[in-house]
Amino acid sequence: MTTQLPPGISLEKVDDRIMTLNVGPQHPGSGHMRLIIKVDGDYIVSCDPDPGYVHRGEEKMAEYRNYIQNIPHLERPVIHDSSNILYPYCLAVEDLLGIEVPERAKYVRVIAAELNRCIYILYWLAIYGIFLGHSTMFMWPAGDRELFIDLLEAMSGARVTHAYLVPGGVRNDLPANFEERCLRQVNYFEKRLKEYEAIFYQNPILKARTQDTGILSKTDAIRLGTTGSVLRASGVDYDVRKKEPYDVYENLDFQTVVMKEGDSYARSYVPYLEMFESCRIIKDALRKMPKSGSVRTKLKPNPKGGNDEVYRRVESGRGALGYYIVSNNRPEPYRVKISVGSFRNLICMPYLLKGEKLGNMPAVYWSLNYWPVEADR
Amino acid sequence: MSSEDKKDGSTDITDEKQSDVVGLSKDDAKKYYEEKGIDLSPDVPTKPKPIPQFEKSMADKISSKFADKVHVDYIRADRIRVVAKREDIVDVAKYIRDDLRYDHAESVTGVDYPDSKEIEVVYHLGSYTDEKLARQVLTLATRVPREEIPNPGSDSSRTPSLRDVFYSVEFHERECFEMFGVYFEGHPDNRRLLLPEDWADIPPFRKDFKIKGR
Amino acid sequence: MIKELFNQDTAPHATNVLVGKLGEILVRAVGKPFDYAINWGRLWSLWPVHLETACCSVEFGAASSPRYDVERFGIIEAFGSLRQCDLIVVMGTITRKMAPRLRMVYDQMPDPKYVVAMGACAITGGLYFDSYNVLPGIDGVLPVDVYVPGCPPRPETLIQGCMLLQEKIKRMKAR
Repeated sequence: MTTQLPPGISLEKVDDRIMTLNVGPQHPGSGHMRLIIKVDGDYIVSCDPDPGYVHRGEEKMAEYRNYIQNIPHLERPVIHDSSNILYPYCLAVEDLLGIEVPERAKYVRVIAAELNRCIYILYWLAIYGIFLGHSTMFMWPAGDRELFIDLLEAMSGARVTHAYLVPGGVRNDLPANFEERCLRQVNYFEKRLKEYEAIFYQNPILKARTQDTGILSKTDAIRLGTTGSVLRASGVDYDVRKKEPYDVYENLDFQTVVMKEGDSYARSYVPYLEMFESCRIIKDALRKMPKSGSVRTKLKPNPKGGNDEVYRRVESGRGALGYYIVSNNRPEPYRVKISVGSFRNLICMPYLLKGEKLGNMPAVYWSLNYWPVEADR
Repeated sequence: MSSEDKKDGSTDITDEKQSDVVGLSKDDAKKYYEEKGIDLSPDVPTKPKPIPQFEKSMADKISSKFADKVHVDYIRADRIRVVAKREDIVDVAKYIRDDLRYDHAESVTGVDYPDSKEIEVVYHLGSYTDEKLARQVLTLATRVPREEIPNPGSDSSRTPSLRDVFYSVEFHERECFEMFGVYFEGHPDNRRLLLPEDWADIPPFRKDFKIKGR
Repeated sequence: MIKELFNQDTAPHATNVLVGKLGEILVRAVGKPFDYAINWGRLWSLWPVHLETACCSVEFGAASSPRYDVERFGIIEAFGSLRQCDLIVVMGTITRKMAPRLRMVYDQMPDPKYVVAMGACAITGGLYFDSYNVLPGIDGVLPVDVYVPGCPPRPETLIQGCMLLQEKIKRMKAR
């Protein structure tokens, strides 16, 4: 090729051994992001993540809408975990405006958040199954997910974008007979979950592909500031629900799931075990919930925050999720920053993929519990 | 009504706009809103909260070590906010890591203040190793000058990078660089992260960047 | 044309054009009575490109879950290689960074190809109408065949949209 290059632009020197691969944005194993991977034969020598394909400027948009109008678009980054991404926003706005939440609403929120966590993890597990060529593991979680979607649909009226949590409580009360129905489905689901263990987690092919790949040690997990299941799979006992309990989590009976291997298998096993804990929380919350009462504190129209700032966080399906809101006596927030688990785990990707085989890339990549839409915001 | 109010689809009542928007004097406007049943009292109760002991002791450690170099903005339950000058921020961060045992950054962000011609860079720090600090978030802030016509990377909006102190800030600082134009000195990889490659406008999270139709 | 085929730079594009032209000649040769047969073949091979652009991909995934099971209609089974695809389902928001890539993916697909715009963001920009980084709909990038509204659309809506596309193909002139 004899094309004249414009000044200042040079072509990359072609190496005999090192080859550059673009994994994504159109790639069955990547999704909404691009990984620029350099391989030497079958081994990855460097990885440079290139996110931003779904950067929609949520934080800028939030500065132009008031505290209530912000709800619908702030849940869009993770529509299959929408209660959990709205949870810290509601907590932060309640702190800013000094709103007290009714007791029953706190329990309803916890139930919604835990149902949504199961929905998120099941979707994640379904995609993990298909990444590893295990089609049954796509069909089972994707089918069981609909059980919980049905429950949340009965609660909120929408299939995935619930916008159910609002500052001051939840949008509406539970439908009639909800407790009974919820309990029945959760009990069924727990039975069903045990079958996953046999078909997926004890599968020798899965073990061969995920065990001892992408090992993240405990010190590195802390140093890289990872969060969520990635952190807990590396042996750090940290869960915001336990360490900084919000709403009624301190009254509820559950454990933090911790594994110490730190490989892809542990990272995929921790969310699975967390679903059992979620079921426990839901059942416990249903038992302890006040049977009647208000579920929402009415806000004044166009509420104004003071000259203040607040940082609140919760444990979402992908780890700690924090909102940093600065207000300046206006109905709109002055600045909203969403600190998301996916973005915090992005730093692991170049770190873990270096030295791996290219074939292990999907197993490591998706085990990081990374949802690109949320990371880009 | 300004265009902003129309887009919101709501009646936007703010203190500054009371008199000029409706065209009434301040007292008349007050009466007008009272008739409509709109409450203008502040939304936030101004009851002072007790200062928690543990957080106070942490903040005292920082302020006794650095005396007038740092300023403790507030101490609340589980939250401390410390403001340092950008020359001292690396020292303060090192002290926070080594002696107070905070070990990772949860987020790095900026807040733009065009009125005081400053951009505030905010680090939210947490700890996994220390059980007592598990529920604490320390907010470390610093202010950098803000240029009217930004030229990211080569103007005076720059601050030392904390990547050598807290490794986890790497991608967060890259994001802050492209969104606010704050250059982090010593960061090995100040490249574009989220915005398109052909982005030629000013950094979008600055207040003078207006989104369309607003 | 022939010169282009042997030029290294333009060869891939020229080959595509050549193959398309040969197909056209074939269609013209067999004539109109075979329109129906050709279209019938195309109806049942609507394999979409696996290009996720935003959050609607969650509902796209749910469409192939056991409850909705879109494959019983013989359509939208996500496919790895875009050289074998003839449908592109644009799942949601197209940002300024994604738009050139979307066009690049579309250009690499063989003819005939169809476009389904899924979700409010792909149609008009939706909730992100005032975002600085989001295109107001994909009409400026791709020619859209079917719009599937919703934010996000339910899987049933997506299935109906794809069946509408099948109806449309039935009535199309086989090129």
